[in-house]
Amino acid sequence: MANQNDMRTPLSRVRGLGSAKDGTEHFWRQRLTAIANIPLMLFFIWTIISLNGVGYEQTVAYLSSPFVAIVMLMVIGAGIYHMKLGMQVIIEDYVHGAAGKALLVANSFFAIVIGATCAFAILKLGFGG
Amino acid sequence: MSDTPIQAGANKERPLSPHLMIYKPIPTMVMSILHRITGAALYFGTILVAWWLIATASGAGSFETAAWFFGSFLGRLILFAYTFALMHHMLGGIKHLVQDTGAGLEKDFTTQMAKLHPIASGVLTILIWIIGYVVR
Repeated sequence: MANQNDMRTPLSRVRGLGSAKDGTEHFWRQRLTAIANIPLMLFFIWTIISLNGVGYEQTVAYLSSPFVAIVMLMVIGAGIYHMKLGMQVIIEDYVHGAAGKALLVANSFFAIVIGATCAFAILKLGFGG
Repeated sequence: MSDTPIQAGANKERPLSPHLMIYKPIPTMVMSILHRITGAALYFGTILVAWWLIATASGAGSFETAAWFFGSFLGRLILFAYTFALMHHMLGGIKHLVQDTGAGLEKDFTTQMAKLHPIASGVLTILIWIIGYVVR
């Protein structure tokens, strides 16, 4: 039975999206990318270790293997989405008003710029430079 | 917004809820703050990842410049700190995933884990660097 003090409509209760209109989506995606990041970042560390002290030709050859390129795209995708969500929370916690809004925009732009740069580089290497 | 004495006094004496500067630091709290700091560090560190990738994709010349930087003392220092930040953030994240299930939230246990957290992060970081130099 609905709480008598609950001012929400039955539809609003069923949707469960709250006042921000996206429910637990942020939390869920943060956790989803967090889980993905565990194996992906271990792969990334292994990649860097494998390429330690290796020259240009070998680095390009390594990064152009389809397997490495595909997983590296996922490293970048999950990693950057996760960090975008995390930085959003930091901004929402500490910066309020217009400055906060500006930083939220900057945060999204930063994530997209870094993501596009990395993705382009990985694809270029993957397709043979 | 006028600076009447009453308002100025009220602002000074108004009680604040306790925050970072008031609480005595305890292990769980310090690790929580470090989780956020390492997250922010990893965030800006992606600039280096993007630089490395785009330099490699751009050709031998730009690759050599990036390789020179990452191989320099400063470069290695940054990468070492970056490895530590990644390990610390990853262990903290795994802790959060476990705690999301409702497990491991007992007071003494969380404190023990918080004390172990930086040590485990350091050990993993050093291990990764040892492997990095052995494999080379």
